Order: sequence, then structure tokens, then C-alpha cells
Amino acid sequence: MKVLLEPVGSEFSLVVLREYDPTGFFDEMAVDSQQSRPHYQKFLDEFSQISALEFDEKRRAVDLAFMRQGITFNVYGDSQGTERIFPFDLIPRIIPAKEWEYLERGLTQRIQALNLFLHDLYHEQKILKDGVIPPYYILSAKHFRREFVNFQVPKDIYIHICGTDLIRGGDGQWMVLEDNGRTPSGVSYVLENRRALQRTFPGIFEAIGVRRVDQYPQELLRTLQYIAPNGVVDPTVVLLTPGCYNSAYFEHTFLARQMGIEIVEGKDLVVREARVFMRTTKGLQPVHVIYRRMDDDFLDPTVFRRDSMLGVPGLVQAYRSGNVSLANSIGTGVADDKVMYYFVPKMIKYYLGQDPIIPNVPTYLASEDADRKYILENLPKLVVKAANESGGYGMLMGPKASSEEVEAFRQRIIADPRNYIAQPMISLSTHPTYVGDGRFEGRHVDLRPFILYGEKTVIVPGGLTRVALRKGSLVVNSSQGGGSKDTWVLYGDE
Amino acid sequence: MLSRVANSLYWMSRYIERAENTARIVDVNLQLLLDSRHLNDDQLTAYWMPILQATGDDESFLKLHPQATGQAVTEYLVFELENGNSILTSVTQARENARMVRDQITVEMWEELNRLYLFLRSPKARETWEDSPFEFLQQIKASSLHLVGIIYATVVHNEGWHFMQTGKFIERADQTTRILDVRHTTVPTKGLPTKVSQTDALEWSAVLRSCSAWDAYKDIHGGDVTPVKVAEFLLLSDSFPRSVRFCVEELDRSLHDISGIPSRRFSNDAEKLSGRLLAELEFGTIEEIFAHGLHDYIDLLQIKLGNIGASLFNAYIFQPFVNMEDEILVQQEFQQQQ
Repeated sequence: MKVLLEPVGSEFSLVVLREYDPTGFFDEMAVDSQQSRPHYQKFLDEFSQISALEFDEKRRAVDLAFMRQGITFNVYGDSQGTERIFPFDLIPRIIPAKEWEYLERGLTQRIQALNLFLHDLYHEQKILKDGVIPPYYILSAKHFRREFVNFQVPKDIYIHICGTDLIRGGDGQWMVLEDNGRTPSGVSYVLENRRALQRTFPGIFEAIGVRRVDQYPQELLRTLQYIAPNGVVDPTVVLLTPGCYNSAYFEHTFLARQMGIEIVEGKDLVVREARVFMRTTKGLQPVHVIYRRMDDDFLDPTVFRRDSMLGVPGLVQAYRSGNVSLANSIGTGVADDKVMYYFVPKMIKYYLGQDPIIPNVPTYLASEDADRKYILENLPKLVVKAANESGGYGMLMGPKASSEEVEAFRQRIIADPRNYIAQPMISLSTHPTYVGDGRFEGRHVDLRPFILYGEKTVIVPGGLTRVALRKGSLVVNSSQGGGSKDTWVLYGDE
Repeated sequence: MLSRVANSLYWMSRYIERAENTARIVDVNLQLLLDSRHLNDDQLTAYWMPILQATGDDESFLKLHPQATGQAVTEYLVFELENGNSILTSVTQARENARMVRDQITVEMWEELNRLYLFLRSPKARETWEDSPFEFLQQIKASSLHLVGIIYATVVHNEGWHFMQTGKFIERADQTTRILDVRHTTVPTKGLPTKVSQTDALEWSAVLRSCSAWDAYKDIHGGDVTPVKVAEFLLLSDSFPRSVRFCVEELDRSLHDISGIPSRRFSNDAEKLSGRLLAELEFGTIEEIFAHGLHDYIDLLQIKLGNIGASLFNAYIFQPFVNMEDEILVQQEFQQQQ
């Protein structure tokens, strides 16, 4: 292993990397203030050729390019229609081949178990009858769609596209933080971040041996075509978006364009005789597969929320009749329930007869007596999460909260234990991140790989590395001051 | 192509064209005023008001400003968000429509449109405008022409492109009539004008320049600028790309490209009306137009262009969007029969 601080004579490495101190956390790049991990060495060698001035220019150029290309997200509640870029840090997060193969195995195992679980839950419910999961948790799950029990989804696949959040604790052990089996977003940033870095550091990718990510749209299209209704040879696939004011709208158009499919809004679709059509300049055209980027609740006002103006009346009827396929299927939200997360290791054991390859974060269920007692006694040490919230909302970070906040959560947990889980506070791994003034500091990161489950399981190497840009913050969500990094999976281990 | 997408492409294209036209009008008239520094406030108002009337913005302008000073009018035409036709509004609307069909347009096109929008909303736009309005307007015009070129060169010439073409040419024809209408008070209500003063000649050449028609006109008529020749050129020329006749010809062609019906036949009202208007422009003469009265003729022309736009909407874009509540009932009834 080479020494991280080896002076190569350029202004950059002398000023910046010498001051980097990873003490206290597992750092992705630095073993300690003296040594880097071997899979970062080639990058550091290449990178040290760049001067601080050049780096600053490159940084500005990338930000400007993102703004120009409109790679932005909309800020809700801002009447000026402000669009912001998702801050992007130029220093990539690097994963060696060995580690990636481990993650791939673990994620494949997990998506298989989740799909088997959903199929079982919506059919025989053996896992409930065998007492592995108490039926109470299913019956009280907000996103369990009992009206779809015994409904046959195409090819028995429930979750076609999954975004699973991974973190590493103080010892570097990978853990699953949560599964997003409804409409996970962020994959467009994976592709755009890569494109931006390729423009910024041309040549470096080949020199280092970084795996490609740009096959994602084609793989996604293949996954969607695979579930076409029986007998449809050349299916018309569309992407259903809530519209251009949705915060992920850029991603919707990006993916539709990359796949060469139409992006439709609810008002573009109409259902006749339980078949779905889109309104075109040449009249009504049939639609066979819908990649929907809106929640179950909004899909069809005749079945779910009556006030949904985004949905398509009759869509669920067409889906039930087998004339149109949806990805992801209706009812997958039950697997996103944070209480169900607790049971995923048990599902893996139950359906596959295997031990989980990637462990969960230790989790306590507030509705179990012993766990609740522990939670209530240790609240200031724990992270408490509402079972059905996402995006960093509905959360208590015990060690960072005021005593009033802790008390408020105590009352909420006592009032509605089913809706809360608790986990120890995990100090996420850190990664050198540019903090301005020519300096780099450690910032906490997570990783969201995107898993496609069709004829086979495809995981595009890497995923979205999100970084909490605020010093000491553990919240990586874009709505709460998060940014992102390009994620490099190497062909080799160094 | 989705009806909603066709609609957005059409409007995006119209707004891009509108921004460029407004930039040209402001530019030319500012330049003209450089030669008339002696004008007092009332004379200036008399100069600027017809320009606002031509774009149909005079009433909404007067609600915001008591007097049509050059400062107020140009500000209103360039940056005023309350003005539905200002450059900033037009570019914002064009971009908003482009955003809704982001997957249908090319990266090059989106980036240029987005760049123009971001520039207009930046403090730098203000600075440039205050330092040198000509430099500022030059940038807007250049960017808009750049966009036209990018669209032509990067977008597949398919149905979507033809919808953009229809939007562009309806808007351009309409803008040309409005610019031509600015100086209609200097000619008789009916009949040919008799004498042309020096000031008139100057103002009519501004009309030509507002349509980027000066060079083309000079090639044909030399330096002899008369209202009749200018009107003839801008209405009836078969080769100048901003004349009403030329625009209607292109519009008619795109309408037929969309439907696949041979030209000189029609399958919907839009094609019928555009064919009729084209024949009128092809076989009309400028003497007849002046005999009818230039201003009245232009009014009629604008109505006809508007009708073509409305018929286009009915033919392709208005696939009747039923009311959500009604649609819910239809579906529930269907489900109960099952």
C-alpha cells in the first residue's frame, strides 16, 4: 500500500490531502491519516496531477453543465419555480471487484426473497400460517392491498425495480438500511454523474478500469418488455409520470428518452373495455406495459384515492383483466414498511433456506413488549423511524435531539407502537469530499444500487452514492442538504 | 404522437418565434430613436404607443405605467412577466413547454433554450441590458436564430417537427402583420397613399428592419421605400421567408405533411382554411389590399391565422378530454356490468 501523502510535487496533493483526517469513522478512502486503501491508489495517482486551480475550474464547469442541461430537482413550495442542481462532488467513491461481487450476491438474494414473500403474501400466506411473521403486522400494514389477494401478476414478479439503501458502520461492515420497492428514484443521477465525470477526467476511466453503467436504460426496457401481457409480441411500453412539477420529473423524461418510449401523464391515457389507450394525434393507440412513477394511491381514482387528478379511471380494471402490466406491481409498498424490513432476514431463511448475505441494521419493533421497553429506556441513544415515511421525514435521531423532541417521540411510540421501529445510531462511513477553499473533509455516505428483476436479475455496477454535505450530518437525502458522487466499481481489486 | 406533446411542441415553437420578433421590434425602434433625440415626451409616447397597440398590449401596459416612455415600454416588452408577450415571458413559456416534452426534443435544443432562459433570469442579463441594449438584444436574436438552426439540424423531420413548423409559421406570419400594422396611421384608411414624407420613409424602413427585411427589400426595390412596396413585400413576396405569403405556404405544407393528404386538398378545417388563405395571397394584389384598407385587411388576416390555429387544435390536439368525474362514472358502470 502506498502512502497517501506521498508528495508528488503538485500544489494540489500538498495542500489538500495532507490535512485529511479520517479518525473516528470508517473512511472509504483512507485507512488513517497516512495510508489510502489500495483500490483508491490509481485514482489518487492520476488525480494528484491536477492542480487546485484546475480542480476548481472543473468543479464549476460541471455545476454549470448540470444547470444548463436542466439536471435539477424542483423545490416544493417555492413559487419562483426554483430548480436546484443536486450538488455533485467530483471525488468518486470506489468499490473494488471483490466487494461488489459480495454486494451483488447479497442484493440478488434479497430481491428474490422479497418477491417470493410478496407472492406468498398475496396468495397462500404460508409465512403467516407458519408463524414466521405475525399476521397482525400484515393486517395493519398501510400499503397491504387486500383487494389484490389471489391476483396473478405477470411472470409472478412484484418488484421489478428496487432501490436498496446500503450503509457501512464503524467496522466497515455493509448493512441494508432499507428497501425501496415502490418507485425508487435516483438512477438518472447515476448515469448523468458518470457522464459528467467522463467529460471532466477523460481517459482516467480506462486507465483505472471502471465498469460501465450506461446499459441501464436498455436493461430496464428489457425488464419491462418481459412482463408484457400474454400474446402481445411487440408491446408498447410507456412511462407514467405525475407531471413536470414532480421533483423527479427530470429523471422520468431522461429514462423515457433513453429507452425510446413515450412519457405519459394520466390525462394522456384512457381506458375503454378494460384496455388502456393513449391519446395521440392519430387517435387512440393501445398501451401494454406501464412503468409507473406514482404511488398506488394515485393510479386510479375509481379504486384508490378518489381525489387523485393524476390517475387514470379504469386502469386497475384493465390491470386486473390482464390487458396491461404495471411495474412495479400494485401492493409492493407492504415490503417498504419498516416493520417488514425487520423480517427480511427471516424471509431469506424461510424461502431460500439461506443466511442473509448482507445483514440488516439491528432493529427493535416498538410493538414487541421487550423491544418497546428497551426502546423507551434508551431513546436518547437510538434512531427512531416511522414505519411508512421516507425521504428522511418522521425520524428521531436520539443522540442529536433535544429532550423535548425525545419526549414527543416517546408519546408517539406509546400511542401507536405499530408505526415505529428503532435502531442504534450507525456512524455511516465517511468519504473525502470537497468542502470549499481548496480543502477536503470526511462526509458521511450511503449507497443505493438499482436492482432490475426480470428474466434475470441485473444490477448496474455501483449505484447512487449520496453524501451528507453538512459537517457531521448523517442525513443524505437531497431534500435535507445531501449531494451525490459518482460510484466506480473496478474490474479488479486495486 | 401524444396529443399533449404535439400541443407543447406547437406552443414551444410559437414562443421561441415570438421572443425573437419582440427582440427585433425593440431593437429597431431603439436604433431609430437614436436619430431623433430632439423628440419631447409626448412625441415619444406617440412613437411608442402604436408599437404596443400592434402587439395588442397597450391596455395592459397602461395599467402598469401612466406614460409610454421609452424606458417603460422597452422594460415592458423585454422583462415584464405581467406581459404575456414579453421576451422573458415568451422564453419562459417556451422552456416550460419544452420541459413537458423534454424526451421529445434533442439535448442540443434543450440546452440552448435552457441557456437562454437562465441568462435572461440572471443578474448578468440586467447588466448587459443597462450597459448596452443593442448588445443584449443581439444576444437574444442570435440565441433564437441559433435555436431555429438547431431545431432544423438536429430534430428528426417527423410529425413532431411539423407541429413545431406550424407553430413557427403561424406565429411569424402573425408577427409580420403586427409589425406592418405599426405605421398604418400614416396611410389612408382606404385607397393608395399619395405622398410619402421623409419621416414616413424612415419609419417604414424601420418596419422593414423589424422584419429583418431590409437587405432583401433593397435587392429588389433599391433605396426607394414606400408604404405600398413595403406592404407588398411583407404580405405577398413569394420568396422572402418572413412574408405572410411565404409563411402560409410553409404552414400549409406542414399541415399536409402531418395528415399525409396531398396539397390542394383537405381533410380537416385547418387544411381547408390555410389553402384558402394561401390562394388569396397568391392571387391577390397590393392595390386590392389598399383599396380594402390596409389596417382592416391586416385585422382580417390575423383573424384568419387565428382560425387556422384553432382548427389545428381541434383536428389533432383536442381529443376530447372528458371530465374526470364523468370518466369515473363511466368506468364504474363498466365495472358493474362485468
